[in-house]
Amino acid sequence: MLSDDLRDLYQQVILDHSRNPRNSGELPPPCLHAHGDNPSCGDEIDVWVRVSDKGDIEDLKFTGQGCAISQASASMMTQKIKGKSKDEADAVREDFRRVVMGDGAPANEDALGELILLEGVQKFPQRVKCAMLAWRALEQALEGK
Amino acid sequence: MDWHRIRSDFPILDQKVHGHPLVYLDSAASSQKPRAVIQTLSRYYERDNANVHRALHELSNRATEAFEAARKKAAHFIGAASEDEIIFTRGTTEGINLVANTWGTQNLRAGDVILITGMEHHSNIVPWQLLAQRTGATLKYIPVLDDGTLDSAAIETLLTEQVKLFAFVHISNSLGTINPAKELLAKAKALGAVTLLDGAQSAGHMPIDVKDLGCDFFVFSGHKMCGPTGIGVLYGRMALLETMPPWHGGGEMILTVTMESSSYKAPPHRFEAGTPDISGVIGLGAAVDYLEAIGLENIQRHDHNLANYAVQRMGEVPGIRILGPQSGHRGALAAFHLDFAHPHDLVEFANSHGVAMRGGHHCTQPLMKRFKVPGTTRASFYFYNTIEEINRLVEVLLLARKFFT
Repeated sequence: MLSDDLRDLYQQVILDHSRNPRNSGELPPPCLHAHGDNPSCGDEIDVWVRVSDKGDIEDLKFTGQGCAISQASASMMTQKIKGKSKDEADAVREDFRRVVMGDGAPANEDALGELILLEGVQKFPQRVKCAMLAWRALEQALEGK
Repeated sequence: MDWHRIRSDFPILDQKVHGHPLVYLDSAASSQKPRAVIQTLSRYYERDNANVHRALHELSNRATEAFEAARKKAAHFIGAASEDEIIFTRGTTEGINLVANTWGTQNLRAGDVILITGMEHHSNIVPWQLLAQRTGATLKYIPVLDDGTLDSAAIETLLTEQVKLFAFVHISNSLGTINPAKELLAKAKALGAVTLLDGAQSAGHMPIDVKDLGCDFFVFSGHKMCGPTGIGVLYGRMALLETMPPWHGGGEMILTVTMESSSYKAPPHRFEAGTPDISGVIGLGAAVDYLEAIGLENIQRHDHNLANYAVQRMGEVPGIRILGPQSGHRGALAAFHLDFAHPHDLVEFANSHGVAMRGGHHCTQPLMKRFKVPGTTRASFYFYNTIEEINRLVEVLLLARKFFT
């Protein structure tokens, strides 16, 4: 007998992403790179991003280790963000952050697509940092920090 | 022993979590409290609450009497020669920091060696790192072998006359290893080193006799042995305590204060500045009474049976790797890695089945690095746990395997 909350947290799509991460690996230079970690739980993500002269994210990849939520979120992020402009990426990240934080406002489902499946995280406040890990790294990479 | 009756002394265990009976397997982090301790705390606050020492009124007399009686109980509990060797602290961590900041600062010089082991809790690493930075002393580590025991060959080369302080864990919170404390302490003593034994996981789980063990300092926490949080004990051999300067200054620890200088009380009061955690101390005394009534040998035997059974049953789960000694000689815990689920996913899954465990680095990051795991899941046991609960744990691990693969 599994609780509905747990089933929502670990949907098949999420488990599939964590087991078979998309866009896994590194990009050759020149590209932007950032490392993110959650020292308290040991999760780690490295994100590599290639941005065109026009400011579009042409390609991005990641490597990492950690829980299913952090790795699935990273994998789904790379699929979603590839081909977007920096501003579009910022907007998706903000929509995603609001969904996992559970701020009560209606989710921007059209913009989020499959990422909406991580909505279940909002019932597990301690896992928000797992879901946001790759996104924080992406933000840092894009800001060149 | 009627362990099921003893279990019913713990009201908290009788509840459901997420629709399942609670299976509490996180006692290495903090144990549950028997009714006797909880009632002692409420009785103290309802009848006797007042500040201790110096006041002459009835309540203060009662509080002081109970407070100092707990010191005697703690001394008896670990076989100290006198209750004056018992310093109340906030817990194991504060006890270690007190030693580092008083004895350590006074006695260590550049070129001296502080020796610890590769299986220490951060609380028995960081205070020594800080001390080494202050004094120029060098911090060295005894390596841990693949089976979770200390490298005895390395001990021979590392434990030299340069070692001024040797501090190590009695029972590892991450591996369950029971270190051969008496033997190691005797070796260190023969070379003139001062020793500190971290008893956070051993106190309350086995009989402790600091004189027989032969340590100079012994530290433990109340909350891991049925007592309240926020209270612990630093035992120090009187001959050392007498030579040590104060750490915190304030009320309770002075004889006289002038505008220019102060003189200090003898140990243990020299090291207990300010109003102490009076209810915590009295609650700790009640925990000692409770454990001694069951008998520490009985608890040790039961712990041992549970840990043995757990390791044997958990071995049935495909893809599991249990860290630490594979033999029966281990403390009441089993930390493990699963090839199908990350510790945090597993802990979340187990929680939804009513099983409380801890996942992560358990405040032993160097050890996790040594065993090349980002973290582990730890099931830890105490005498109120049952064989049925371990069966339930194994059932949940097998369910997790189905779920995550």
